Amino acid sequence: MRYLPLTPDDRSAMLAAIGAKSIDDLFVDVPEAARRNGFVDLPRVAGELEVERALGAMAAKNVSAGSAPFFCGAGAYKHHVPATVDHVIQRSEFLTSYTPYQPEIAQGTLQYLYEFQTQVANLTGMPVANASLYDGSTAMAEGVLMATRVTRRNKAVISGGVHPHYVRATETVVHAVGVETQVLPAAVDAEADVIAQIGPDTACVVVQTPNVFGTATDVSKIAEAAHAAGALLIVVVTEAVSMGLLKSPGEMGADIFAGEGQSIGNALNYGGPYVGLFATRDKLVRQMPGRLCGETVDADGTRGFVLTLSTREQHIRRDKATSNICTNSGLCTLAFTIHMSLLGETGLRKMALLNHEKALATRDALAAIPGVEVLTPRFFNEFAVRLPKPAAEVVEALAQHRILAGVPYSRLAPAAGMDDVLLVAATEMTMDADIEILASALAKACA
Amino acid sequence: MSTMNTVGRPTTPNRVESKPATLTGGRGLLQNEHLIFEGDGWDKTGVDLPEPKTDGSDLGDLVRHDPIGLPGLSEPETMRHYVRLSQKNHAIDLAIYPLGSCTMKHNPRLNEKMARLPGFSDIHPLQPQSTVQGALELMDTLSHWLKTLTGMPAVALSPKAGAHGELCGLMAIRAAHEASGQHEQRRKVLVPTSAHGTNPATAAFVGYTVVEVAQTDDGRVDVADLASKLGDDVAAIMVTNPNTCGLFERDILEISRLTHEAGAYFYCDGANFNAIVGRVRPGDLGVDAMHINLHKTFSTPHGGGGPGSGPVVLSAALAPFAPAPWVVHDADGYRLIEREEDEAAQAFGRMCAFQGQMGMYTRALSYMMSHGSDGLCQVAEDAVLNANYIKARLSDVMSAAFPDGPCMHEALFDDEWLKGTDITTLDFAKAMIDEGFHPMTMYFPLVVHGAMLIEPTETESKQELDRFIHAMRALAEAAKAGDVDRFKGAPFHAPMKRLDETRAARTPVLRWTAPEGSNIAAE
Amino acid sequence: MHFSKDHEWVRLDGDVATVGITQYAADALGDVVFVETPDAGKVVTKGDGFAVVESVKAASDVYAPVSGEVIEGNAALASAPETVNADPEGEGWFAKIKVSDTSTEGLMDRAAYDAFLASL
Repeated sequence: MRYLPLTPDDRSAMLAAIGAKSIDDLFVDVPEAARRNGFVDLPRVAGELEVERALGAMAAKNVSAGSAPFFCGAGAYKHHVPATVDHVIQRSEFLTSYTPYQPEIAQGTLQYLYEFQTQVANLTGMPVANASLYDGSTAMAEGVLMATRVTRRNKAVISGGVHPHYVRATETVVHAVGVETQVLPAAVDAEADVIAQIGPDTACVVVQTPNVFGTATDVSKIAEAAHAAGALLIVVVTEAVSMGLLKSPGEMGADIFAGEGQSIGNALNYGGPYVGLFATRDKLVRQMPGRLCGETVDADGTRGFVLTLSTREQHIRRDKATSNICTNSGLCTLAFTIHMSLLGETGLRKMALLNHEKALATRDALAAIPGVEVLTPRFFNEFAVRLPKPAAEVVEALAQHRILAGVPYSRLAPAAGMDDVLLVAATEMTMDADIEILASALAKACA
Repeated sequence: MSTMNTVGRPTTPNRVESKPATLTGGRGLLQNEHLIFEGDGWDKTGVDLPEPKTDGSDLGDLVRHDPIGLPGLSEPETMRHYVRLSQKNHAIDLAIYPLGSCTMKHNPRLNEKMARLPGFSDIHPLQPQSTVQGALELMDTLSHWLKTLTGMPAVALSPKAGAHGELCGLMAIRAAHEASGQHEQRRKVLVPTSAHGTNPATAAFVGYTVVEVAQTDDGRVDVADLASKLGDDVAAIMVTNPNTCGLFERDILEISRLTHEAGAYFYCDGANFNAIVGRVRPGDLGVDAMHINLHKTFSTPHGGGGPGSGPVVLSAALAPFAPAPWVVHDADGYRLIEREEDEAAQAFGRMCAFQGQMGMYTRALSYMMSHGSDGLCQVAEDAVLNANYIKARLSDVMSAAFPDGPCMHEALFDDEWLKGTDITTLDFAKAMIDEGFHPMTMYFPLVVHGAMLIEPTETESKQELDRFIHAMRALAEAAKAGDVDRFKGAPFHAPMKRLDETRAARTPVLRWTAPEGSNIAAE
Repeated sequence: MHFSKDHEWVRLDGDVATVGITQYAADALGDVVFVETPDAGKVVTKGDGFAVVESVKAASDVYAPVSGEVIEGNAALASAPETVNADPEGEGWFAKIKVSDTSTEGLMDRAAYDAFLASL
């Protein structure tokens, strides 16, 4: 088998060196009743060609975003990733290396993590960021837990504009440790309802901007209200490119930033692997979960980088750790760093403006359709429309014609009573021809 | 004769005694590389984009005007920057990477090719299910392989990493106890002293109190101690098998029987599955939940720290509580079950926003299909053989922590053999770097003093093993012969010398900051 | 000065106890990088964790060798945690506590503690 270098002669020689008669001698501790050898119900070894054919057949059954007019967003966005990115992350030294626990032979990884942390801090307008978490949704959960630790309060107020799956992933984890969540009703302008819910027992207020309906909000007033009540503001961002154009969460008063970095450097990948972005204020850094890379010097006084503040983490604090997290997003984090290095802020701003331009054009085309109402007044690259029919039906009908028209809000929250709401996203990859096709098909479907 | 070549030049090397240091600090192929923030790329970009037709003014005061602080590089500069960085990393593709409990096996490139097929990489998690039947088929096929290999009836694919999988397993256990009304009384989780830090961290995360279970002198769970601590106030035990000392828990059937009799569940940490895949099914050992690290046993790349993927196989008792979403296959095709309002009503919740680590599922399935059931069995056998070979060839110069009987896929040594040399496990590990090897896992498990945990995996050739053994033996002899400086000052030949971790922790500098007076965004 | 089995020390002056960790503990930890001292007013119970001391590779709970109310935590440790390594039984003190009970029952004197260390 091509991945197994040992030959039968090697095995014999090694068994002899060990003093064992057969490989079974080495499995002597396995209870007799539990011993097996090979499985009838699974195929046997296959060459590369066979595997390519089998998996290729599965892949061919999927409609890829690049092969159709594509308008899905809601937490995952299709952007153009330059060829350099995927090429570099496949270099042996990045692909097949481990967590940089031996810093002398891992400065490649450590230096790019330090660059990543700086990029994320600057992008989000926050003083300090970690070396990434799994994704935006688990980052939000970690943010809420962190806020309860810092404030020693137990209640999280969550805006109705936060992505429902993010809310669910957060609830799943924080309820287990007795944190209460108050999730406000879903609304396109849900941020307006948040301040009234802040109380003396509020640990944190969680808002998303742009929110799941696309609404972009200045949350500075919410920050003030939260701080006046002794609570922390957590700002969630699911479309990282938006921060190339919009006021940063740090500038608006966020204490904790929890977001999704997939848009930079990473493909859609049917939901994962993605990149959780996490940042906070300087005085809260010891409460931050996840890996941290810090600057130092070596024995010769040369600058180098190491993982640091590890005593927060599971391998040392064990049951008192800030989180149980062990891995970060590694290669996905590197992809973000490389793409961001290629873009620079000049490129990022331009990319953001192109996203906004395409979304405005899409909005104008859909607003012209009788029966279709655009709900989101101010947005970045995604907005919500109300259709005269259930959005899920319309999306399915258009899918039959190979048009991926967006995400029905009911897919995210079936019980919210918003079955007629469709979330539509456009990016720099959206072509004018796609917009025409979408508009025309939608008009027919809604007639 | 005519003189054809008038430019004579020597073709044998000069004999020079001195070894001058370089004038600029450069070292042959190795480059020193500054941070991207230390160049002049504040207005540069390496991406050509068309001019936007909007200036964003419709967004009024929501638009950001400050300099963000993100430098840009042209493509050649970017390539060079990251290639230079890459050359400072050790990697599996360079040499044996013997990290115990990490399973640093070869990462097949076919996996990378398959994961990048547009039909897998370019699909959105919320596309209509009719447009992603192939993706759902892949998830279902992977599920079938995982369930069959482990002998378990159900699997939750969505956890994003091993630790995330532990969280999933414990949450399912908690949900099961809640459903039977026993959660309030059962608030303890039993964890062996040798456990990986994620185990007690996860248990505490889910709101349990951790109680430690002792270890016997032969490195296994003390069953008598376990039995004395089991009771109707225990929710679960968390046991790694093979355990973190690299040993198979002989009494595993007794352990699971006692646990179930006490009304508790058996969570198995599957980090060491590579030792038994194809030969033993955790389901046959009485396991109720076990996470599998796809980035360990199933070859998805470690990528310098991630991304991982930690699907959790579940017993029939826990299956009803699995988190949303999961895939079902019926007459109409493949379907994602995601609605907690009805079809997933008993799910304890959701682990993350979408379906999990699809990119890793593709890679893992490509690997499984390549090996087949017979190949996977050979994987476990060769992994165990390689570890025992190393143990046998080093036990006379180093002290095996548990010398009696075979180990499984990893060999554990302690620092007893270094007594009197003034050399620590850390010093020894740093000297390995100079010889060209990534050190083994150090100081884990905590139950053994100065632990050195060596896991070669099955993808090492006998030649590479012998090369490694030769270096380890030479270093061991040097240590015992009093060659102290070699170890204390190591590494001398790596891209960096030892780094000051105290300084990094006392005065954390976690980001680049613009110097005072510059007009670049610093904060 | 009196010592606990968990390597904390206490110096009583009337009903004010100064507490910290011993030289043995400081040596075992290695370079101390961070100390979390309790706030004034916090009520501590003998045997319960009241502070945390971190080195690069380890984090340890520090257990109160006496019961009482914290008068002050050693603020100097925030900017100079290395003081714990340099002078653990003097300048590296963690907290001053107003004790509710001045008995030193269960604690060892220097001779007994040294004998205890020898037995480890």
